[in-house]
Amino acid sequence: MKIDAIKNGIVIDHIEAGKGRKVYELLGLEELNCTVALFKNLPSKKTGKKDIIKIDADIELDFEVLGYIAPETTVNIIKNEVIVSKIRPEPPKLLKNVIKCKNPRCITSVEQGIDHIFKLTDSGVYRCIYCESSINK
Amino acid sequence: MKNLLAITDFSVEEIEELLCVAEDISKNIEKYSKKCENKILATLFFEPSTRTRLSFESAMLSLGGKTLGFSDANSSSSTKGESVSDTIKVVSCYSDIIAMRHPKEGAPLVASMSSKVPIINAGDGGHNHPTQTLTDLLTIKTEKGRLDNLTVGFCGDLKFGRTVHSLIQALSRQKGIKLVLISPKELKVPDYVKTDVMDKYGMEYVETANLEEVMGDLDVLYMTRVQQERFFSEEEYLRLRDSYILTLDKLQTAKKDMCILHPLPRVNEISVDVDNDPRACYFKQVQNGRYVRMALIMKLLGVK
Repeated sequence: MKIDAIKNGIVIDHIEAGKGRKVYELLGLEELNCTVALFKNLPSKKTGKKDIIKIDADIELDFEVLGYIAPETTVNIIKNEVIVSKIRPEPPKLLKNVIKCKNPRCITSVEQGIDHIFKLTDSGVYRCIYCESSINK
Repeated sequence: MKNLLAITDFSVEEIEELLCVAEDISKNIEKYSKKCENKILATLFFEPSTRTRLSFESAMLSLGGKTLGFSDANSSSSTKGESVSDTIKVVSCYSDIIAMRHPKEGAPLVASMSSKVPIINAGDGGHNHPTQTLTDLLTIKTEKGRLDNLTVGFCGDLKFGRTVHSLIQALSRQKGIKLVLISPKELKVPDYVKTDVMDKYGMEYVETANLEEVMGDLDVLYMTRVQQERFFSEEEYLRLRDSYILTLDKLQTAKKDMCILHPLPRVNEISVDVDNDPRACYFKQVQNGRYVRMALIMKLLGVK
């Protein structure tokens, strides 16, 4: 399968095979008007298979959430067909409306219009700021 | 504006200061009888509780203030589907300070996000109950003369026992505390309390299912009730309910000056024979609860 290079834009590479759609959704890429391509199950020397997302536009995106959902990815920023920077996502300190708390006793299970917020603790675990339940990916 | 949602909202120094005021109140309550004149405390109890609500109301009345509120969710707008956030926006127009109890964990944090007045967490599900912790700390301080260098046993429901979690958090900031955690395996202290509090602060602790074998080591024994309302399964509740019952017989190996605490209400986990033992301090705790809540209301309202 031939995949064209992009001139100016973003390539999110090394996404774990199967996670591409989730990354696409969490980054809100469906809102973009430019060309966006999601490639699934491409051959990878490191992991056998991988997903890739290519965004054909010179735009700014907040990649922080990748540090939680797909920390293995590399974000390549491309200008004039050259990679000008590589970003390796770090786990974000806060996750806002990325996931929901599964604790049935948590206030977020009943309160309408509330932000679902998780905080990264010193022990490297994300906990709901309301009930302090931890999350499992 | 300061709230009390978890015991860690206050520094060790702030807690010490609060306990000193509470001790002074216990000696000179009349001196404080007009401190909160013209102030209104709203007690919003979305979950029934007699003693905590009465303790707050008694505290505010003892300070010369007034109270309003509801004592169960059925008499509030929440039955009509009103959110916690909206209820608080309304009530904070009617009062100067709010004490709230809610069955859902984190509800007081949601309340604090939309309140114009200080929020006191009077218990949120199995999560936190910081004013009980202040009560416990005041009782330990008055009975033992210190809050550090103590071996403290927690017995019973350590999983859903919010008073246990809050008191462990508070003690984690004191020196020389050794915890003895006595519970059936189904009701052990949750992992987050272990990793984020006990391990984080390097607290020394042991876990056991046998109360008698550790009784002689304890300076403080904190008994808890297995709470029916925290179980989704009646069968599991009935199975665990009678795990530990403290009797005079079991106290034979206990230190003469050990202090027995219980957040109350009790069901059968402390035999009534124990009530007359000088080590039984759970009714003193109730008295201390009034004093420490008076001190807290004054602090959050900025009254000297």
